[in-house]
Amino acid sequence: MKIKFILNGKKTVVDVPGGMRLIDLLREKLNLTGTREGCGKGECGACTVLLDGKPVNSCLILAAQVDGRDILTIEGLQKGDSLDPVQRAYIDTAAVQCGFCTSGFILATKSLLNENPDPLDEEIKRGIAGNLCRCTGYAKIFDAVKTAAEYIKEEN
Amino acid sequence: MSAIGKSVARAEGEERVTGKGTFVADIKLPSMLYASVIRSPIAHGDIIEVDDSRASKIKGYKGIFTYRDILGENVIPVVFRDQPCFAEKRVNYYGEPIGVVVADSKSAADMALSRVNIDYRELEPLLDPLKARGNERIKIYGEDNIFKHLKVRNGDIEKAFAECEVVIEDIYTTPYQEHAYIETQGMVANPLPDGTMEIYGSMQCPFYVREAVAAVLDLPFSKVRVVQTSTGGAFGGKEDVPSLVACQAAIPAYHLKRPVKLIYSRDEDIISMSKRHPGWIRYKSGADSNGVLKAVEVEYIIDGGAYSTLSPVVLWRGTVHAVGPYRCENVKVDTYAVATNKVPCGAFRGFGSPQVLFAAESQMDRLAEKLNIDPAEFRLKNILRTNDTTPFGQKLSWSVGAEEALMRVLEKSDWKKRKDKNEYAPDGKKIGYGLSSVFYGVGLGAGGKHLARTGARVMVEGDGSVSFSVGTTEMGQGMRTVLAQIVAEELGLPYENIRMIPTDTSRVPDSGPTVASRATTMSGRALIDACGKPRNSILTEAARMLGVEKHQVILKDGMAFSRVDKDKQISVMEVINSCFAKRMPLSGEGWYVSPETSWDERRGFGDAYVTYAWSSNVAVIAVDMDTGEIEVLKIYSSHDVGKAINPSLVEGQIEGGVIQGLGYALTENIITDKKGRLMNTEFATYIIPTAADVPSVKPIIVEHPYPEGPYGARGFGEQPLMGVAPAVANAVRDAVGVRISNLPITPEKVWKALRKYED
Repeated sequence: MKIKFILNGKKTVVDVPGGMRLIDLLREKLNLTGTREGCGKGECGACTVLLDGKPVNSCLILAAQVDGRDILTIEGLQKGDSLDPVQRAYIDTAAVQCGFCTSGFILATKSLLNENPDPLDEEIKRGIAGNLCRCTGYAKIFDAVKTAAEYIKEEN
Repeated sequence: MSAIGKSVARAEGEERVTGKGTFVADIKLPSMLYASVIRSPIAHGDIIEVDDSRASKIKGYKGIFTYRDILGENVIPVVFRDQPCFAEKRVNYYGEPIGVVVADSKSAADMALSRVNIDYRELEPLLDPLKARGNERIKIYGEDNIFKHLKVRNGDIEKAFAECEVVIEDIYTTPYQEHAYIETQGMVANPLPDGTMEIYGSMQCPFYVREAVAAVLDLPFSKVRVVQTSTGGAFGGKEDVPSLVACQAAIPAYHLKRPVKLIYSRDEDIISMSKRHPGWIRYKSGADSNGVLKAVEVEYIIDGGAYSTLSPVVLWRGTVHAVGPYRCENVKVDTYAVATNKVPCGAFRGFGSPQVLFAAESQMDRLAEKLNIDPAEFRLKNILRTNDTTPFGQKLSWSVGAEEALMRVLEKSDWKKRKDKNEYAPDGKKIGYGLSSVFYGVGLGAGGKHLARTGARVMVEGDGSVSFSVGTTEMGQGMRTVLAQIVAEELGLPYENIRMIPTDTSRVPDSGPTVASRATTMSGRALIDACGKPRNSILTEAARMLGVEKHQVILKDGMAFSRVDKDKQISVMEVINSCFAKRMPLSGEGWYVSPETSWDERRGFGDAYVTYAWSSNVAVIAVDMDTGEIEVLKIYSSHDVGKAINPSLVEGQIEGGVIQGLGYALTENIITDKKGRLMNTEFATYIIPTAADVPSVKPIIVEHPYPEGPYGARGFGEQPLMGVAPAVANAVRDAVGVRISNLPITPEKVWKALRKYED
C-alpha cells in the first residue's frame, strides 16, 4: 500500500507491505539505520522516533499507521552542519558510551524538553525511563538532559 | 603533559549522536542472505532427525546447514575443546545450536525455521550444580562433571581457626546475571572470490572469532579476516560467544558463496548466549581479639552450564580473589566449575570474582560486628598496603592504593556521621550504610599469560593526520579515545588529528582478547612502542630545524620546543612536512608483552597478576519496614586506577559499573524451569535498572601510578560492578538488622527476614 507522510521535514511517499513495521520501513527500505533495534518488543526504547512530536517505539508501530503523520528520526535532527543542542549536549557531557541506545535517548530528550523546557530531576528520570542504557548508569545522561535544556535556553 | 589526564570528547561521539555509526545490523551487501538458528527444544537428549522438507517450500529458501556441513573440526575453541559449533547427536542445553536455515530475507528465514521439524529423544537434565559433582546417573563432562578444580593453600588453617576469637561460617548464593548489552549479537560473513572469509560483527575478541571460523572451515588464519563493527555493549558477553555466531554465518556463506547475515533476536540472545555463573559459596573466616583476619576457608562452586567455555579461567579469577584485598596468612580455598544441562556461562565484568567477593565482604562485616568494632576500622586493620604479601603469597612491591581508596570513600560518605542517620529517615523507613572493599587483578595474569601480548601500528601522514590500529576493541568503554590521547601525547599532535581504524585481524598480529580490563595498559604500551619510530623522526628533524640537540626537544600541544631556550619553537606540523619531504620514516609497529607471573597451580600459590586495582564502596539505603523494599539513596565508589588518562571516561566506567552491580544486588536473575528452559528472556521480565531506579553515584578517582602502565594507568573497568552487592547487603543489615546472603536482595527476602519467615 502507498503511504504519504512527513519524514524528517520532507514529504515522503512510499509503497509498503501491510505488515511492515515502522522500524523496518526506516532501516531496510529508507536506509535510515540510526534507528536501532534492541528488543523488537517495545521494552528497550532503542528504536524511539518522534511521531507528531511524541516518542514511540518504532518496532511496535506499523508503517501504514504513519500515513498522513510526521516522523522525526535521529537523522533529521541535524540542521546542515550544525548539531541539534541535544546532540551537542550528549557529546559534551560524555553521555555516550557504546552509543547503541543514544539515538533513542536523544529523541526522548528532545520530546521531553519540547514539552517541559525546565525539567526537575525527577521529571528527567521519568521522562527517559522508557529507554534502557546498560553502559552509563544514566548519570551522564541526566547531565546531558540538563545541559541540553541550558543550550536550548541560550539559543532562544 | 597535554593530552593525558584530560576529559577530551569521545572519539566516536559525533558519529553516535547523529546515528551514523556502523553496527553490524546496518550492513547490507549485494546478494546477501539471512540465517536463522535451529536450536534444541530440550535441555538434554538425543537428536534423531532434523527435517527441513516443509521449510524448503518457503519462497527464497536456500537450505539447511548442520554439523555435516562443517569442513574442519566441529568445535568452538576456547580453553578446552569440548563445545561443538553445531550439536551432532547429543544436545546438552535448551537453545543449543543444531544448525541454521538460510533464505533471501530475514522473514523467509524465520518462517523456514518455524517449519523445521526436530525429532528427539528427551533425557533427564542435570540442572542443580550442587548435584553435578560426581553425579552417577548423568554425566555431561568427563567422569565427574567437574570442568576444573582449583585451590589456594597458605599457612595452617586448623591451627589458625583454633586461635581465633570470632569465627563466622555461612553459605552464600548468587544468581545468573545477563549482560543485557542493548545491541544483540550479530555477524555478517562475506566469502571473497580468492577463498578468504571476511567476518564483520559485534565482538570483543576478533582473534577468537578468527580461530573458530578457521577451525570449522578448515582455513588458515591468513584466509580469515575478522573486522569488528561498532559494538553496542559487551561486558564480557561478547568475549567467547561471538565465535558461535560467526561460525553460524560463515558455514552457509562458504557453501552458498554469498554473504550471510545473522542478527540475534533478544529472546534468542538471552536464551543461548553466556551469562555470569550462578555461585554457591561456603565461607568460613575468623579473626583474633585484636581484629586481625587470621583464617579464611572457602568452598566455591560455579555453575558452568553444558560446556566448559571460559569456566576454567573464570574460576581461576574467583579463586585468587576469594579472600578480598586483605592480609591473611592462613588460607584454604577450593573451587569447582561444574557441568549442568544449562546454557554455558562465561565472562561477565568481574569474571568469577563478584560472587565470591559478595560472600567475602559480607563476612568481613559479620566478623567486625561480632568483634564489636567498626567495619571500616576492621578493614583498615587488615587491608593490603605496599610491600604486603597477599593471602596467596604475592609480594606487592608498588602502588597499592587500597587504603587510600577506603579512606576517601569513608570521608566522602561521611561514614562517621552515619550514627545519626535515622534522624533524616523518611516515614516508615530506616537508613543503612554498607561498606565493601574489593580488588581486581588487572590483565590476564598467570591464568592467561600465553595470550598476554598486544600489537599496534601507527601511521603519520604527510598532512599531520595520524591513523593507528590495535588488536583490542572498543565496545563503549572508551579505549579508542584513551589510546588516541596516548598517541597524541607521544607525537606532540592535537588529539583531534588522531584516528583509530576499526579493529581488524589483518592489520595487527594476534593481540589476545579485549577482556580483563587490559586494553588501556596493553594496547597503550604497544602504541607507545609503535610511536617510537615516527617520534624519533619528528624529534630528529625538529632538532635540526631548531638548531638544538635532539634530547633538548619537547613535543607538546602541536609545537616542538627547545628545552633550553623556550623561544625556540616550531609547529610539529611543519616538522612533519619536512620529514615527509625528506622521506624519513613516519610509521611504526609496536609490540608489548606483559611482565611475567609465577603462579603454581598445583600448590595454589604465587604471583597471580602483574598489578591490581583497588576499590571501596559505601551504599546508603532506606529500607521500608512494611514492604521490605530497598531504596538506594547514594553509592560512593572509589577506585585506584593508577592514572586517569581521561577522567570523564573513568567516571563513566564507575557510574555504569556501579549500576550494573546494583542490578545484580537487587533485581537481576534468570529463572529456569524444571526442564531447564529459561523463563525470563526479555526486558519485561529480566529487570535491569532504568533511569527511574538509579541513585546518585559518586565516583572517586584514586591515582597510585602503575610503573609498567602507560603514564601510570592500570585497567579497572570491571571493578566498579564488583563491590556493590556486598555494600548493599551490609547496608540492609545496618538498616534493619537482617542479613541477606542470597542475591538478589528482593523485597520478599527482606520482608520475610524481618518477620523471620522461612522460605
